[in-house]
Amino acid sequence: MGKNLIEALFFIFSSVALVSGSMVVVSKHPVRAVLSLVLTFFATGALWILLEAEFLALTLVLVYVGAVMVLFLFVVMTLDIDLAFLREGFARFLPIGILVALLVIGGLIFAVGKGEFYPHVPFPTPFPADYSNIKTLGSLLYSEYLFPFEIAGVLLLVAIITAISLTFRGRRMSKVQDIGVQTAVTKEDRLTMVKMPSEERVS
Amino acid sequence: MITLHYYLIFSAILFSIGLAGIFINRKNLIVLLMCVELILLAVNTNFIAFSRFLDNPSGQIFVFFILTVAAAESAIGLAILVVLFRKLRSINVETLDTLKG
Repeated sequence: MGKNLIEALFFIFSSVALVSGSMVVVSKHPVRAVLSLVLTFFATGALWILLEAEFLALTLVLVYVGAVMVLFLFVVMTLDIDLAFLREGFARFLPIGILVALLVIGGLIFAVGKGEFYPHVPFPTPFPADYSNIKTLGSLLYSEYLFPFEIAGVLLLVAIITAISLTFRGRRMSKVQDIGVQTAVTKEDRLTMVKMPSEERVS
Repeated sequence: MITLHYYLIFSAILFSIGLAGIFINRKNLIVLLMCVELILLAVNTNFIAFSRFLDNPSGQIFVFFILTVAAAESAIGLAILVVLFRKLRSINVETLDTLKG
């Protein structure tokens, strides 16, 4: 790929990502914000492909757009949200938000935009045609980073259990002890005194 | 010619947009979660750019873990949001004052 083509693609996709990222922040309706975020993810995924991180770019599109953003969309469409109420403070907080954004952008560009932050690195030469991004990542992930990988798996399991147990509304089928009820038991709950006349003596 | 600084400036602007979104939409819990996603996306872009320009694939492994944690975070965050909406009938952050903080 020619260097000019890479440059043009970088500017196209980064401007798409930045414009749709701003749409996420300022859009009126949450559904529109979610769809703009999807576009941001697509454009950033294209930028990651320009950096030859194909596996992560595809993961971003498949896992993020395909699962997480659909979950967002599902929640936004399920909840009956009062829109006018949520927009109340928008005009009041907009100047503060823009001020903060400009300060942070200015500071960060001042810090990283010049050559002093990091020596000028030329654009790396493209990998050869038989280079496999997934093979490189896989061999690193299953050797050097095996333990963090397993911890990440446990973390996802915890997330599944948490999400299900938080939102579960059906009948609880499991039988568990209610310790509070058990310790609060008094004598009257368990014991009944029965008065009955004594039997007549049979002779 | 594209250098490392282009990517760093891009992710700095994306990060600031996410940060400004947290200030602007401080009532809407869903948009707050989406702004956190934007910020994480900016950080991931930084990691991948450094990984490519320094020719060190460990940065991409780090992005892999950040994606895992971010997916778990947004799943649990949305679950909490749904539970909250059932209880309060609103996703306004200002109604979350049960703990009197």
